[in-house]
Amino acid sequence: MKIVACIKQTFDTEAKIVVGGDGQISDEGVNLIVNPYDEYAVEEAIRTKEKDGGEVVVVTVGGDKAQEALRYCLAMGADRAVLITDPALARADSRAVSVALAKLLSEKEAGFDIIFTGKEAVDDGVAQVPSRLAEKLDLAQANVVTAFEFNDGKATATREIDGGSETLELALPALISAQKGLNEVRYPSLPGIMKAKRKPLEVLALSDLGLSADDVASKVELVAAELPPARKAGQRLIGEVDEVVAKLVQLLQVEAKVI
Amino acid sequence: MSIVVCAEQRDGSLRKITLEALSEGKRLAVASGETLKAILIGNGVAGLAEELKKYGADEVAVVDNEALATYKADTYAAVLGSYIVQENPALVLLGHSAMGKELAPRTAARVDCGLVSDCISISFADGDYLFSHPVYAGKAIGSFKVSGSVRMATLRPNVFVVAESEGVGAVADFAPEIPASKVTITGCAMSSGDRPELTEADIICSGGRGLGGPEGFKLIEDLADVLGAAVGSSRAAVDAGWREHSAQVGQTGKVVSPNLYVASGISGAIQHLAGMGSSKFIVGINKDEEANIFNVADYGVEGDLNKVIPALIEKLKEING
Ligand SMILES: Cc1cc2nc3c(=O)[nH]c(=O)nc-3n(C[C@H](O)[C@H](O)[C@H](O)COP(=O)(O)OP(=O)(O)OC[C@H]3O[C@@H](n4cnc5c(N)ncnc54)[C@H](O)[C@@H]3O)c2cc1C
Ligand SMILES: Nc1ncnc2c1ncn2[C@@H]1O[C@H](COP(=O)(O)O)[C@@H](O)[C@H]1O
Repeated sequence: MKIVACIKQTFDTEAKIVVGGDGQISDEGVNLIVNPYDEYAVEEAIRTKEKDGGEVVVVTVGGDKAQEALRYCLAMGADRAVLITDPALARADSRAVSVALAKLLSEKEAGFDIIFTGKEAVDDGVAQVPSRLAEKLDLAQANVVTAFEFNDGKATATREIDGGSETLELALPALISAQKGLNEVRYPSLPGIMKAKRKPLEVLALSDLGLSADDVASKVELVAAELPPARKAGQRLIGEVDEVVAKLVQLLQVEAKVI
Repeated sequence: MSIVVCAEQRDGSLRKITLEALSEGKRLAVASGETLKAILIGNGVAGLAEELKKYGADEVAVVDNEALATYKADTYAAVLGSYIVQENPALVLLGHSAMGKELAPRTAARVDCGLVSDCISISFADGDYLFSHPVYAGKAIGSFKVSGSVRMATLRPNVFVVAESEGVGAVADFAPEIPASKVTITGCAMSSGDRPELTEADIICSGGRGLGGPEGFKLIEDLADVLGAAVGSSRAAVDAGWREHSAQVGQTGKVVSPNLYVASGISGAIQHLAGMGSSKFIVGINKDEEANIFNVADYGVEGDLNKVIPALIEKLKEING
């Protein structure tokens, strides 16, 4: 089995967002992590391999720093890693990322059985790469998956839909995007961290994939980012429960007009 | 050219987000001089065309086929993709629902166009569309432009105002080739109860660790029942196993923007605020006067939720008669 996990390095969820003079979001001094949902993807990939054998390849499109995120996944137990990095990808949109990933996975890293991704990245949070990749590679997909099984060559996934869940059987190769609840993510062990240092991590430029800057031109451009209007603390209601509640209901009816 | 709304229906009725998308599509069509069209995909759904017309659709492409009875990403993307190729619209709108989140990017890859997901506003000026969507879970709002002749966007539920407007509503049959799907749906479990869906609800009552245990959610449910609200949860309550993850609100849960969000026993961590900070009104019920939720709450009730919520339920029942 060849199992691929796609990961993205993102801002720590605690990170405070600073918009620079150019209207772009600054990553200066920000703590970077593996996108939380991608940890579920890597974990599921490793579990599938532990059960059925094979290898786990983690791949990412990102800057040089993304090597740290890949090493983390290697320390969790992935076998090898590939980083696609290129100046032309500096402000890649989801289209650009999926073009690069699709090229890698259909040529140099062809022959996979399952791709795991996160259900969305917590930074620009667009939830596009998995579905775009599934389409480009012509794969069966299950999105927002909370349970996955692979038995006798058959893949079954349970996924969230609005107001419930759905169970799907997927023809292989398939793409699974992970939701929280899919598994409990392991922490890298000390030996795992040591071993990860020697595991192969390949760094590829667009030219190594036979792609040009034009091929990965972004179609979506961030014109400017701004901070949302700050919410202000409103009224504080303190006192006897009955009075407080009467006041609250009155405010909701008369001032806010929401009930 | 046109603006196309891809309608979403469930059990024979249009979803609210589709009405929101049509209404927004109509506003933009008026601004840009385009024609508003809708595509309706399913089996036995033709009857809904009439309703699409009521919200401004001048033309409705109906793709009625047994093979499309249940939504599947690959078959629906093939259909929507063919329609976009035929129609070459300036803009395609879908809801940012479970379906739209998946169908829009899959289709965008098929026709190779740019897509802005989870938009909270779209404007048309100087011949171009400008899309805004929250990034970093709402900690910032980005404005985006999309190059290429076709642009796609998914709309955050509950943000765009629904407005009726009479369209021409001409029905056009559209019979594209439908590929065999690579997935088989073997089961479907809808959560019971008739509470509104979290992302669509006008009012949400959420509970956190301060509830003290799963039985604490009974209070939240009772409150939600008198308010006709959906029930949400902080991550702490989900991690403790008191509530399903599907109820989690926040950066790694659902992003919601109801008219009223009532947070009880929730401290107001940054990751929680990321999911509900755009609610129109926020009520915080907390016994800790320094809880961060009070920094964002329009109405901050300082007190023990075990006393406040029952009294609130009584009061609401009183006024409901
Ligand atoms: C990567 C990452 C992602 C995360 N994503 C999310 C997310 O999506 N959503 C989310 O919610 N969190 C998320 N978190 C967790 C977040 O940081 C907080 O830990 C969590 O929101 C706390 O939940 P809580 O407010 O219920 O619990 P607590 O912070 O423990 O707060 C409980 C509150 O209840 C109050 N209380 C206790 N008893 C009573 C009483 N009797 N009456 C009234 N008030 C009472 C207390 O004063 C306290 O303020 C994330 C964290 C990380 C690291
Ligand atoms: N730059 C990237 N490199 C590799 N995988 C990515 C990248 N961006 C997104 N993904 C994958 O796609 C998922 C959804 O991301 P997004 O579409 O950006 O919300 C992530 O959880 C990753 O698994």
